Amino acid sequence: MRDLGREILVQSLRQVLPENGGPDSVLTVTGLRSNLSDDLVLDIPRLTLSGTGISMVLGTNGAGKSMLIRMLHGLTKPDAGRVIFTGGSQAMVFQNPVLLRRSVFANLKFALKDQRLSRGDRAEKLAYLLELAGLKGKERQSARSLSGGEEQCLALACALARRPRLLFLDEPTSSLDPTATHRIETILRQVALMGIKIVMVSHDLGQVERLADEVIFLNRGRICERLPVESFFSGPDSAEARAYLSGQLVL
Amino acid sequence: MNGFADSLQLALGLILSGDADLWAIVGLSLRVSLTAVVIAALVGMPLGAVLAVTRFAGRKGVIVLINALMGLPPVVVGLAVYLMLSASGPLGVLQLLYTPTAMIIAQVVLVAPIITALSRQVVEDMHAEYADYLGSFGMRGVRTIPTLLWEGRFGLTTALLAGVGRAIAEVGAVMIVGGNINHVTRVMTTTIALETSKGDLGMALALGVILIGLAISVNALIAGMTQASARQSYA
Repeated sequence: MRDLGREILVQSLRQVLPENGGPDSVLTVTGLRSNLSDDLVLDIPRLTLSGTGISMVLGTNGAGKSMLIRMLHGLTKPDAGRVIFTGGSQAMVFQNPVLLRRSVFANLKFALKDQRLSRGDRAEKLAYLLELAGLKGKERQSARSLSGGEEQCLALACALARRPRLLFLDEPTSSLDPTATHRIETILRQVALMGIKIVMVSHDLGQVERLADEVIFLNRGRICERLPVESFFSGPDSAEARAYLSGQLVL
Repeated sequence: MNGFADSLQLALGLILSGDADLWAIVGLSLRVSLTAVVIAALVGMPLGAVLAVTRFAGRKGVIVLINALMGLPPVVVGLAVYLMLSASGPLGVLQLLYTPTAMIIAQVVLVAPIITALSRQVVEDMHAEYADYLGSFGMRGVRTIPTLLWEGRFGLTTALLAGVGRAIAEVGAVMIVGGNINHVTRVMTTTIALETSKGDLGMALALGVILIGLAISVNALIAGMTQASARQSYA
């Protein structure tokens, strides 16, 4: 995978992402409830995600993190409640990269399909997206023959190709090596700086410290804490979050 | 009756000499069966895809029915199509009985359930894999079908080839609705049946060799497609 210099990263993202100054995206959740299992209910009375920055969703396995972002992104319907999103488009990157059985190039082209671009603009965007994914020279290769890290970088590039104002990521680096993780974190940090709201699930506390602006801590389907990252690590209010940080919280 | 060795020698002679009658029969067989498979695919693939991505009351019953129709006895299909196309039948006015078109219709009825059932399975597997990804693009239900059909192209090609195998080797239905008329509706399978009963094993064996060759080719293609599909899935 080619190294990604900051200048190239910024230039590529400028070409790919929506311009700053557009309408702020706001996602509002009210009265969201859904059964996760027989004795566990996802219960989010109110949640607003707006502005920019990276919100990391933390919690034990089975706390409802992935289900929450699936519902926020509209992939799963809640049993009750509403999720309203205004101000642009969304995209999501999954834990296991989902790629079409096509070439790298064709996957990126598919991600651009909703944008009405001239042939020249499309070619230019594709070149920047390939640069972002670190896959220049591999554009004709089958996407499913890439390494895990390359696949996830391509999946992220495909998500960014859709010019999201709100980007969801569900443990995107959980099975990646440090090099691929570093590349994805570098891209995400810059994406957030360019005005895109990021909501990401992670189990990696080091990654949370490196990336997050705020932490949304979920326990047994409920939001226990929503704090700036420094406050969360220096001393969370809830006993559950303290137990989680000390490795003693189990579902 | 000729001995087997003589018959085989005669058969190979017919094949290698480019016997006009023999190759006309092979040509008609391919034309009828391939046309039937194309029509069955145009019906079966979209139908299978819709069954794969939609949920409605009675869906499971429809799937069971289509799966059951894969094993339709050709002679029963032949009889049903015969009744439809015969002079006193509802489509008798079209005067299609004992024409290649009648044989195509019968083979479409035989092959369409196979292509529908296999397409449903292929598209359902693709749907399980890509529903979230396409949902992220706002694509749901029937809107996902073109993408899922393309992603399942290797599996669908296998379904098509299975249809070709069923059509080209079928004898009962085309015999009933085609009538096995020389130079009009005589295909490989019906000719083999006729020539064997007449004791002319040379022609029957020649067509049998070609038919087996086609069957092996189709199965080799299916095996190749399955391998290619597996490579795409797990690479």
